[in-house]
Amino acid sequence: MVTLERIQELLALVMDPEVPVLSIVDLGLVRSVERKETHIVLGIAPTYTGCPAMDVIHDRIREALSVLETDIKIESVLHPPWTTDWMSEAGKKKLEAYGIAPPVGKAADKRSLWGPSPTVRCPRCKSEDTALVSLFGSTACKSLYQCGSCNEPFDYFKCF
Amino acid sequence: MTFRMKWDTCDPKAAYVLHLADDALILGQRLSAWCGHGPILEQDIALTNIALDLIGLARQYYGYAAELIGEGCTENDLAYFRDSRSFMNHLICEQPNGHWGDTLARQFYFDTFHFFQLEALAESSDERLRHIAAKAIKETSYHAQYSAEWIIRLGDGTEESHAKIAQSLAHYAPFAHEFFVPAPVDQDAHNMGLGPDVSSLLPAWKEKVESILTLATLPAIDLGFAKKGGKAGVHSEHHGYILAEMQSLARAYPDATW
Repeated sequence: MVTLERIQELLALVMDPEVPVLSIVDLGLVRSVERKETHIVLGIAPTYTGCPAMDVIHDRIREALSVLETDIKIESVLHPPWTTDWMSEAGKKKLEAYGIAPPVGKAADKRSLWGPSPTVRCPRCKSEDTALVSLFGSTACKSLYQCGSCNEPFDYFKCF
Repeated sequence: MTFRMKWDTCDPKAAYVLHLADDALILGQRLSAWCGHGPILEQDIALTNIALDLIGLARQYYGYAAELIGEGCTENDLAYFRDSRSFMNHLICEQPNGHWGDTLARQFYFDTFHFFQLEALAESSDERLRHIAAKAIKETSYHAQYSAEWIIRLGDGTEESHAKIAQSLAHYAPFAHEFFVPAPVDQDAHNMGLGPDVSSLLPAWKEKVESILTLATLPAIDLGFAKKGGKAGVHSEHHGYILAEMQSLARAYPDATW
């Protein structure tokens, strides 16, 4: 029987289609892995309710695990809701190296309707002199910022 | 005699979930029409992001309603094969996009209500609704922040933007009033512990809206008489046009797949 470690190894190779440097393990999307007699059951948390990448992610999981020649059942886990707090530290570093500012602070602390904006560091020149351009960026999980030092616009992975 | 469509339901829980779903779908569909028409790229993207969140939320609710209705009902049946009279969305969700200020005024009222509604649903007696709400409120707080910032920007902007947004806010106020007037679908849900007494959400909504209007240098709004009926399936003329556009493909090719 395939080991849980082997399944985890394969899942760590499944990259997010929008942020190709992060695996679904880095993102904290894999909530559970269960081996049953005849198949494997995966609990996958959706990031945003309407994230259009979820179908692609499910397809990629099936593709990556196809080498196991076992039936795969994917269950969507809504609760507890996915949060950027589950993103691994390694994942945050990869994100910054890729040019996307990682989430600042903990989502768990953010419970107000209109909070102050966080200080976001420019992923290129590391300046903290940055300004929010738009709360919504190229995907639902990102905001658009601009750096005041190097002038480059960049994506910020929202604390969520 | 009341004529019932195939997927009309007598189950008050399913009806309530459909009411929640219909709000999200109809407003999501409205906002989608801004795609490619936003004043600048960032704002075009922002509204379509919000539309995407709302349609994603609608899918969660429709999927749940379909399970409650049973008999092989699917989320697509509920979105594409019901007629206007069966939809229970608030009238404000179906109002035309108008100009940028109109869309943002509508959104500001809705997002603020939606936030407090989800906060209440996170305490629902129904586990599935609690889970859906706990997730959606995270997204909705971003929507609410976005639309509130635009109200401030337009109100505290130029003379023209101030006058226009004041007019938009006044126009939608009677529609916002419908949020807080209980309809049978809300009352049943409240009696079952599924959802809040909607009239109890008014003070928090009003306080938040007024604090933003003050920052925006705009006058306080008068909710006026409530333009209502949406939650009982009695819609404005705009509703049929939305459905015609949204449903025509699915109805012409009912078994089509991607």
